Order: sequence, then C-alpha cells, then structure tokens
Amino acid sequence: MKSDNDVVITGIGIVTCQGVGKEPHIALLTGSQTSAPKVETERFKPYPVHPMPEIDWSTQIPKRGDQRQMENWQRLGVFAAGLALDDAGLKSDPDACASMDMIVAAGGGERDIKVDSLIVDEALKRNDREQLLNEKLTTELRPTLFLAQLSNLMAGNISIVHKVTGSSRTFMGEEAAGITAVETAFHRIKAGQSTHSLVGGAFVAERSDILLLVEGIRAHATGEWLPLWSRSSDNGGGMIMGSVGAFLVLESRVYAQQRGAHIYACIEGIEGDRGARDEGKLESRLTRMAKIASSVPARDTVVFSGASGVIDLAAREKSVLETVLPEATIRGFGGVTGHAMEAQFPLGLALAALSLDGAAKVPAFDPQNEKPMTAPAKHAVVTTVGYTRGEGLAVLSTEA
Amino acid sequence: MSEIRFKDHLGRPIVAVTGMGVITSLGQGLQDNWAALTSGRSGIHKISRFPTDKLSTRISGTVDFIAVPANNSVERSYAFARETTREALAQAGLSGDFGGPLFLAAPPVEPEWSDRFALADRSGPSQVEGDAYDRFLAAMRERPDAAFLEAVQFGSISERLSDTFGTRGLPVTLSTACASGATAIQLGVEAIRQGRTDKALVAATDGSVSAEALIRFSLLSALSTQNDPPEGASKPFSKDRDGFVIAEGAATLVLESIEAAIARGAKVLGVIKGLGEKADHFHRTRSSPDGGPAIATIRAALADAGMEEAGIGYVNAHGTSTPENDKMEYGAMLAVFGEGLKSIPVSSNKSMIGHTLTAAGAVEAVFSIQTMLTGTLPPTINYSNPDPAIALDVVPNAKRDATVGAVLSNSFGFGGQNASLVMTLEPA
Repeated sequence: MKSDNDVVITGIGIVTCQGVGKEPHIALLTGSQTSAPKVETERFKPYPVHPMPEIDWSTQIPKRGDQRQMENWQRLGVFAAGLALDDAGLKSDPDACASMDMIVAAGGGERDIKVDSLIVDEALKRNDREQLLNEKLTTELRPTLFLAQLSNLMAGNISIVHKVTGSSRTFMGEEAAGITAVETAFHRIKAGQSTHSLVGGAFVAERSDILLLVEGIRAHATGEWLPLWSRSSDNGGGMIMGSVGAFLVLESRVYAQQRGAHIYACIEGIEGDRGARDEGKLESRLTRMAKIASSVPARDTVVFSGASGVIDLAAREKSVLETVLPEATIRGFGGVTGHAMEAQFPLGLALAALSLDGAAKVPAFDPQNEKPMTAPAKHAVVTTVGYTRGEGLAVLSTEA
Repeated sequence: MSEIRFKDHLGRPIVAVTGMGVITSLGQGLQDNWAALTSGRSGIHKISRFPTDKLSTRISGTVDFIAVPANNSVERSYAFARETTREALAQAGLSGDFGGPLFLAAPPVEPEWSDRFALADRSGPSQVEGDAYDRFLAAMRERPDAAFLEAVQFGSISERLSDTFGTRGLPVTLSTACASGATAIQLGVEAIRQGRTDKALVAATDGSVSAEALIRFSLLSALSTQNDPPEGASKPFSKDRDGFVIAEGAATLVLESIEAAIARGAKVLGVIKGLGEKADHFHRTRSSPDGGPAIATIRAALADAGMEEAGIGYVNAHGTSTPENDKMEYGAMLAVFGEGLKSIPVSSNKSMIGHTLTAAGAVEAVFSIQTMLTGTLPPTINYSNPDPAIALDVVPNAKRDATVGAVLSNSFGFGGQNASLVMTLEPA
C-alpha cells in the first residue's frame, strides 16, 4: 500500500570502475553476462584495486578553484552528489537545494605521502623525532591539505558547489557510516522531519595510505582479481577495494509526486545493527534483520549483497541469505565495483534501485556461485556486512 | 494515549535530560567542572604531551588526568566518553544495559606519528623518494597489527561504548566539526520525536590534540599565539582576541521522552526544547559575511522550540575567541534579538576550557542546563579589553546570580556547519 510518507529514491549519482553515471551501470545490470571489471594490478602490487574511471570533473564542479580545494575523495563525492541532484531534476532548483537535508558517509585521512615519506626517512637518522616532526610539519604541510581531507568537508564542499544547505551532517565509522546515513534519512522522512534528503558517500581505493589501514588485519586480496565468492585465503584476505562515489536523493512520496519526480524504487524498511560475531552471533543477527524482508515474496527478490570479500564473513553472510531467502537471487556487487567502505551501502541501494526501475534480469557477477535470474525482480534486499563491524539491511520495492 | 502535557507545541514528545556527565581540562565530573567554571578558573596550560619547541602555539586545554592504555586519539576519546557516560547514567539512575540508541560525536582519527615511526623502523630502506607507504604496506603484510587498525577506525569508539553500556542498534558516529556535539544531541532528540525510542544516549568526545592537529590549525591561523600566561589566551569578545585555544573534553547526556522519565520517577534536569541548523555555502572555513546561515540557524531553533526571542534568558555562546567567529556570532545574535540583545547575558565557557572541538556542543549544553539548575551564570574571563564593535553583556570575569528559564547554545564549525539548541528548565 502506497503512503504519502513512503521513502522513495528519486535521484542516483554513481561512479565506479564500471563508469560514470547511470548508463554504464544500467548496462552492467541488464547485460546478458558480466565481463571482468576494470582492475589495477600494478600500481599497488600485490593488491589489486578497482580504479576510478576517467572523469571530467568540470561537468559537476565547474570552478577549478573548487576542484583544487579537495583531495580526490572529496572531489569524487561532490561529483557523485552532483550527478544525483541532476538525475533527480533538483540541480537547477535552488529552493529545493536550500531546504534539502544532507547526510554524508565519510572517511578521510588522506596524507601527503611525499611529506610523510620525507619525515620518516629523516627520522631514521635522528633520535629527536618529535622535534623533527614539529620542524617538518610546520614547514612542509600544505595548509589546505587539512581541509581537503577532513571528514565533514565533503559535505562542506557539496554545500559550496551544489548549494545544498538545508542541513549538513557527516557520519563516520567505515561501512556503518553509510548504513546509519541512509537509516537516519529514512526515519527522518518517514516521520515528517525531512521532505527531501541527499545521502551518500565516496571512497578512493587508489591510495597506499588508505590501503595500509586495512592491511592491519591483512584484509586485502592479493594477486589477480577473482569474482567475489570465489576468493580464497590462498590469495590474501579477500577484500578488493574500489573507488566509488554513490549518492541518492531520497524524498517522501508526496514531495516527489508533487514535483512530478521519477521514482526509481521505494525503501520499505532498513535496519542497522552490530555486536559480537563469534559463535553464530553474526548469523542470528543477520537472520533477525532479514525479517524485514519477510513482507516481500522471496521469489521476486534480488539480493544485492555488499559483502566486502573478507573470506570467512562473505561465506557466512551468503549462507545466511541462502537459508532465510532460499528463493531469492543473490548478487555480490562488490565483486564488480570493489569494496567502497563508507559508500558501500548507498552503492548497493543505487544498484538495487536501478535494477528495479529497469526491470533488470541481473546477470551473475560470479557465475560459479550465483544462479541466473529468470525474471526481473520486484523487490530487492541490500546488505552490507562491515569488514570489521556493523551490519545493515534494506528492503526496496519497485514502483511498477 | 499519552497525555497532552508530555507533548510539545507541535504534538511531539517532549525530550528531557535526565543525566549529564562532563570532562574538560578543568577536571572530571560536573561538580568539579562547575565549581571551577563559576569561580572563573581556566584549564588552559602549557602543553606537556609533546614538545612545543619552534611552535607558535604552545598551550592547550588537553585532558591529561584520565588513564589510557595507549597514547592515541581513539584511546583518549573513548576513555573520556566512557567516564562521562558512567557519570550521566549514574545521575539518571540507570544501570544495566541502556537499551536505547547511541549517538556519538567523535573526532576524525589518523595513525599517530609514533606508529608511523615504528612502522618505518621495521620497514625496509627507501628505494625511491616518497615510497614510505609502500614500505609500510610490505611491513604490515609481513606482520599485521590489528591494534594499529583499531586505532584508526572511526567506528571503534562507538563500538566500545555500545558494548560497555549495552546500547541498541547500530550507533551513529558523526562529525560536523565544531558543531558535532550539538548535532549529536539533535539526532538523539529526533529519534525520540520519531517515536523510535523513548531514550537515547548522546556522547561527544575529543581527545585528538597532537602535534600535527595543533600545527594544522596553526597553519590556518586559527589558534591563539598568546602563550603567556596560558590561562589568559582565550578571550572571547575581547578586542585583542587572536584565535581559539585547542582543547579536549567530553560530555554525555541521557535523553528521555519526558513521559518515560516521569513514569520511571527520574529527575528531569532540563528539556531540549528546540534545535536548528542551516548549512553555509560561502566558504570552507569562513562564514557568510551577512551571517545569514547563523541567523537562520538560531531562528530555526527558536521556531522549533515554539518560543519568541524574548523567551531566551541567557546565551551560551560559541564564542571561540577567533576574530571572525565572535564578530559573526554577535552580528547573528543582533539580527535575531535586536535591541533585546542588550539585556540578555551572553558568556563563553571557552574562555576557561578552550575549544573542545567535537565535544564542545555537548559540553556546553551540559553547562547550559547547569546554569539554569543553579541559577548561576558562568563568566567570560579575560575580558579586560572589550571589543567596542561587540556590545554584549558577556558576564565579564565573575559569575553572576540569575534566574534563567531558557538558554540558547550556539555551535558553528568549519565546512559551513551551524547548529543551535534551545534548552529550558521546565517542559512548558
């Protein structure tokens, strides 16, 4: 039953190694089969990463001065946010942007690798390291770098470039940032606290300083790219990061209808949770969360799993999904985009919405481990199981 | 059907504060902090955490008296929030699993330099210029270090708080720069108004002062360089103010629907009556010259509270002591309150505790409620050279007795962040 305060998706801004914008992603979701995605295997050897596609930044960030004030991570987010606003037909509506709420799922912490290298190399020769640090940071650090990588400045730059100023909130916490961002926007719209919201995030994989963090638990896959569910501990930890920007425009149904917006899909429900994962606790939590999908028929459902690729977690998630939604078709989208950390959950929703809207028979992303889809799905389940913590699950339905 | 007295002017559940905890450089706990704050004492001191030779700013309001297992931002921020949450829950009379959601304002974190140096020590020598991270990656591959990862995960503070206090669901970890604490309160209030929960735990913490953090703000010319004496550096609304003093701290508030609070016999300390926000698209670090977004933020908070300007009895100012903020904040308040501003006392806690950054909005909300509860206005200290362009009653240098029923607290931050809270003593 449709209701005025349904939360609907009306704008999609998406950038992955598959390309820029909706078209390449619709092609991915509606093709008869999937070809191996773009992978960069040399630059960060032995770690493969899914690179950013070629982007003409000026199409969404016209001022070069604005482009220069951001590191690639912020730039990619601002770019994808612009795509989503354009797609929703709101880019040219200054009043709508000025009253639009915004929640950005952000990481940050990009370093000036040259400066850091210079400091640690010099420090190897000295025993007054803290003094050295003061000297070098004071003279070598670019003052603008702080802002160019600061977590809440992706949102700040979206305000500056796209004039989205109703509110501006930045959520952090790896994958959970993206889950809680969508969850919060959903409940605000449901309760009438917001009529239209911009939600999403970005992640840039092509950075050794960022890759380093994850290698703290040896989470990266090594060597050649393998489909998501086909990875094994013979080749590292299983996770292949991807550069991704993913933003959504969410609106209440009534707000969207009043302005005649195209509705891709309706978000029926969403839940985030966390907790211990040992002794079957992850399984029982995911099983409980999946209950919000019990209102939709599983045989008409496609599951966009955001499994990070971490081998044990991916297997456990898949096994839960196959148990609780045995008739549904599962697609591990991180296999063809890379794991997008903060942006992973919004990315899953974007792909699900495009599939439902396009009545897609989504080809298997890992044909050895995913069954073919015989008819378009009417519903979608999107999951994200964080590579160290946090889980999210959303249920979407088609408008058709 | 809940009674009408539990609903606000828009029919939403009224949100009460039933527990508060706070840590600043002045000490641990609300009592000690309040005693220091009302006696006009400063917590700002010479930095001892790291050498400050050759730095233009050598003072801060670091919190150095809470034991941590390792010296990094995550451990400090977690420990501060754990302590303030214990205090707040005890005051609220709550024990066992909290059972409601957690909203945490936490600082963005990065590896500590000591960890980079340690990695360099166990890495191979440089092959080409600028290859430090390639070497670090090789060293990490050889010997992974889960503790290193945990210290740079933005989600690791809320994870531990959730486990320690038994909160429900997936916690929100957020950053809206210097408005973060206020945003966390806003999220807690919104969740209760949505009817999703009848209580929420809100914490804001910042233990991120390091040499690099200090230098970054220095390079943006944001910090005071009036190092001597340290306690004299933060002088909001003074003519010779020259920047903020970076500081640490934390605060926790237990929020409950007033209906649930009264039903369980909890003492209502105050009410979060209204919240407002408006983002600024003018510049990354500077506010719109006309103060438009800040004005809109304050007005939105008043409207959300269902109150007229004249209802506000005291303003807990953002008052950072930067030349720009204090001027902008004054202009915004003047636009909203007009002539009435002259008769509203406005003081800045930051004159004594410095700018606790991520924690500030929540720390100052706690002090705002305490102001109403005790009938004492904390002063703005170091006010000996008033800025003639800012005609405010800043409660100069000494506390003042005053009965206040409603407080406005402002928070403004880099990235166009603006949030204001209206708090009252009574629900209606």
